[in-house]
Amino acid sequence: MSVTPSDIEKVALLARLAIAETDLPDVTERFSRVLSLVNELNTIDTDGVIPMSNPHDMEQRLREDRVAHPSDREALMASAPAQQDGYFLVPKVID
Amino acid sequence: MTKDSVFGMSVSAIQTMLRERSVSSVELTETFLERIAATNESLNAVITVCAEQALEQAQKADAAISRGEYQSLTGIPILHKDIFCTQGVRTTCGSKMLEDFVPAYDATVVTKMKAQGAIMLGKCNMDEFAMGSSNETSYFGTVKNPWNLDCVPGGSSGGSAAAVAAGMAPLVTGTDTGGSIRQPASLCGLTGLKPTYGRVSRLGIIAFASSLDQAGPIAHTAEDCAIALSAMSGIDPGDSTSADIPVPDFHSALNTQIDGLRIGLPREYFNESLDDAVRDRVMAALAELEKAGAILVDIDLPHSHYAIATYYVIAPAEASANLARYDGVRFGYRCKTASDLEDLYLRSRSEGFGEEVQRRILVGTYALSAGFYDAYFNKAQQVRRVITDDFHRAFEQVDIIAGPSAPGVAFPFGAKQVDPVAMYMEDIYTLAVNLAGLPGLSAPAGFIDGMPVGIQLIGKPFDEQIILNTAHRLQTDTDFHMARPTLQGLTS
Repeated sequence: MSVTPSDIEKVALLARLAIAETDLPDVTERFSRVLSLVNELNTIDTDGVIPMSNPHDMEQRLREDRVAHPSDREALMASAPAQQDGYFLVPKVID
Repeated sequence: MTKDSVFGMSVSAIQTMLRERSVSSVELTETFLERIAATNESLNAVITVCAEQALEQAQKADAAISRGEYQSLTGIPILHKDIFCTQGVRTTCGSKMLEDFVPAYDATVVTKMKAQGAIMLGKCNMDEFAMGSSNETSYFGTVKNPWNLDCVPGGSSGGSAAAVAAGMAPLVTGTDTGGSIRQPASLCGLTGLKPTYGRVSRLGIIAFASSLDQAGPIAHTAEDCAIALSAMSGIDPGDSTSADIPVPDFHSALNTQIDGLRIGLPREYFNESLDDAVRDRVMAALAELEKAGAILVDIDLPHSHYAIATYYVIAPAEASANLARYDGVRFGYRCKTASDLEDLYLRSRSEGFGEEVQRRILVGTYALSAGFYDAYFNKAQQVRRVITDDFHRAFEQVDIIAGPSAPGVAFPFGAKQVDPVAMYMEDIYTLAVNLAGLPGLSAPAGFIDGMPVGIQLIGKPFDEQIILNTAHRLQTDTDFHMARPTLQGLTS
């Protein structure tokens, strides 16, 4: 499987990354190198193998359902690039 | 104490000096801060120095010591990789995206080490979002290898490793998703331990690939890694993947008795593609262990070859999901004058992330996208199990597995930057250990033309003790870990 610049543009949009027109050939070429590396996976038979999503096949541990210490909202909000009255500010979405 | 004498000293030696009151924590802290000031301009190993805070902590440590109260790291100056969130102290993850990010809380590792009395001197440089094997992807510039200033220190914990090698601190933290503790430890002549997945809490470690990431120590000796590991480890209600398994006192349990220990040598690691000089050094270290009573056994890890392909699907896929949070809205870099929300997302991410990070996000997004999920992500997870099963089968015959840590010694800047795949090969001996969630350690095994080489020791899940013991025995019988770079022309 090889990829074209237009494939890369589609993936970039999904990932919300903007790739400059001038960078596209290079990005495509280097992406393709990685893809040919991972395409090696096609040469191994894994019929019936259960996919492994974490190393020790751990079960998700659930915590007791009780109220814990709340996050410090103000301290967390302080990291926001733009905020007002405890809300994150973004460019206007609805006219 | 002469000031120079503490540079390059082990944690355990400094601990003894503190307890004998031949040095105070404040003196130590001042001395290491001076060392950072003198060497960091050349090496660029540290991004942020916390002098005031460190001296305050040191005063408290001295007060505790005068009351006879010791924790395992009381008064010991350390550095954290800049991937660990530190409350009130900028945490960049080596990225423009987080250039001004000041976390509201400490990572559990930071909390635990603080509780053990460690003094945080500052935060270490690293590859951007821990993606790289040379520290060349850092937004804050390359880090120089103290053994040769024209060479990389390895990565992604390259700043951490360079800092210990240069005597800026006796102990640092790192993280290892595919080799990021072991490879730089190897390239800088140090001992570095990636614990079993789940041993150390990931809370507050900026996420790269959540099913692979683990934090661990880099230091001069296995003994120091043992001290640090107990301090860092343990179940954390804030990380549901942290393991509910008791944490031994790895240090007091250290034991150099390795008579009868069965060490497996995977044929796939020692095949014709292994560099001859690296093979010689690793085999010489193994011969030392054999003299000490260990039994070397040839084993097979028949699917080793697939580790790199598997890793470069799983790690980017998990990264693409983890890094989706950087949207220019809640924290991190935000582009100027966005025309609309879409523009804000696109430009904040493209301007905030560097090239390698964007490449991995693209690869991961591709592997997870409709039509490719089964062919890539699902397939990689199946192969991950096949690779892991190889290890479990091997461990029916042997107690530990040994091999090289990296394919060679530190390489010159730029040597592997054009082809991403050439850089990915740096981790060819380390990746599988993360896929299988096993503990792995790199220890110094000698030099090639003056540059350090590492031997990797791999253990069964949650059996860090046996690889620490083996490395400790090696360090009892050899002195590779005692060598220090001269740093000529670097320090005044």
